[in-house]
Amino acid sequence: MIKNISNLGDAALYCDFGKDVNKDINTQVIKYFKTIQKKNILGVNNIIPSYNKLIISFDLKKINFNKLKKIIDNIEIIKGDSIQNKKFEIPVCCEKEFSLDIKRLEEKLKMKEEKIYESFFEKEFFCYMTGFIAGMPFLGDLDENLRAKRLDTPRVKVPKGSIGLTEQFANIYTFESPGGWNIIGNTPLNIFDNTKEKEPNLINPGDLVTFKRISKEKYQNYHE
Amino acid sequence: MNKNYFEIIRAGINSTFQDLGRSNLYHIGVPFSGAMDNRNYLLANKLVGNDHNDPVIEFAYQGPHLKYHGDKINIAITGDVSFKIKKGDNLIDGECYQSFILENYDELDILSTNKSVYGYIAISGTFDLQFQWSSCSTNTKAKLGSNNGEKLSVNQKINVKEINNNFVLRKLNYVNTKIENIRVIKGTNFNYFSEEGKKIFFKNEFKVSKLSDRMGMRLEGKKIENIIDTNIRSEGLIKGVIQVPADGNPIIMLSDHGTIGGYPKIGVVISADYDKLVQLTPGSRVKFQEVDLSSAETLFKLYDLETQNLISQI
Repeated sequence: MIKNISNLGDAALYCDFGKDVNKDINTQVIKYFKTIQKKNILGVNNIIPSYNKLIISFDLKKINFNKLKKIIDNIEIIKGDSIQNKKFEIPVCCEKEFSLDIKRLEEKLKMKEEKIYESFFEKEFFCYMTGFIAGMPFLGDLDENLRAKRLDTPRVKVPKGSIGLTEQFANIYTFESPGGWNIIGNTPLNIFDNTKEKEPNLINPGDLVTFKRISKEKYQNYHE
Repeated sequence: MNKNYFEIIRAGINSTFQDLGRSNLYHIGVPFSGAMDNRNYLLANKLVGNDHNDPVIEFAYQGPHLKYHGDKINIAITGDVSFKIKKGDNLIDGECYQSFILENYDELDILSTNKSVYGYIAISGTFDLQFQWSSCSTNTKAKLGSNNGEKLSVNQKINVKEINNNFVLRKLNYVNTKIENIRVIKGTNFNYFSEEGKKIFFKNEFKVSKLSDRMGMRLEGKKIENIIDTNIRSEGLIKGVIQVPADGNPIIMLSDHGTIGGYPKIGVVISADYDKLVQLTPGSRVKFQEVDLSSAETLFKLYDLETQNLISQI
């Protein structure tokens, strides 16, 4: 449940679900997100769910903080509307040219490459949120022994399709972009299709994701 | 075949198509985008008799040099901009905030913005553009919007789909003023910073860095010290949020910003100051000034009234 609502500037509500980050809290955030989305509240122009926060921005010409806070304070979460989890298997090639930081990770985690991949490919991930750049899924949780900090100096360009790890999360770079996550492989799958107006995101909050290792040959001949 | 078009002789530094942007897509990682300086965008459209959300060309610093081919068209430039109009052998100094007619083979050369960043070109008609999520706004970082998500480039054509026969010449007396103090509301992580750091934020001057674009504005100044954590759990961002990463220098989120971020939020720029904020050039010195929520709301009402008032004068 929302523990506190404050203002983020003059045109957004900042709903705080507490400090913890886990599936249960994130599922609450997503339920609020979906309920508010369905309500079509006049003036609301964006609802941004994350691990344990929900930010609602609005058009100050149409509504203000106090009015919207009252609506959100009294909102009834749609009951029994469980989040429908879709399941995806994402192909990943881990050849040298794609696994830019695997050696760095071996050092950081004091683990052999094969052990890192074994642990990573066994895991089923939960999508907490998407964003930063279009469609990028934030997936959790990595096993404790795979948790590493970001690069000290972020890369100016992370290649499209890169699979990155940091702290308890994995993600997929949907576009070439700057970034500081530890890159362990690359997927040929298109995660964000900007030619689709409806559902351009392949993976959405609440979905379940596993990764499957593929050879370079398969990567090169991959057709969706 | 399009018989009316602009030939691009020089594209300019960062010339893109923009309108009011797209909403309700942050949750998939797509920001608003849209014209950076909303007021100047609206005034440009009104000066040529367009709808308020019609596409325009936004340019930064040096704008495009265009040669027009086709039937006569009404055109207007807004911002603080130096430009020339070439009609045959005549080279005329252009005036912002007044519409003028371009005829076949006339040229429009946007030389520069003056002590400001963005300016706008509106035409009495519609550019032939692809829309994405009902907006033409180009986001070059995510390759979204019209022109395949790219800025304008030399040798391409800008086709005009339709000219509305609105040749009334309109004029507005308006002078852009420069902002000295950026007014902000304290952010959700204000208490992550030391007492000294908070004082620096509200008392010291900051310099706008060269590393500023449609995504964000970086500022440089005395380091704002963080005493709790230089990272937070990644969470949503909105336009105007001021994040302070480990190096202690503030970054303000602008129209094409990433939708999620993990640096502490020291403040948020109030909506009334956004248009003037984006016009600050690299090297400008500014201070932050604290206001509370109700003052910010009142200031926005005044800003909006003033904008409406200007529009109604055209």
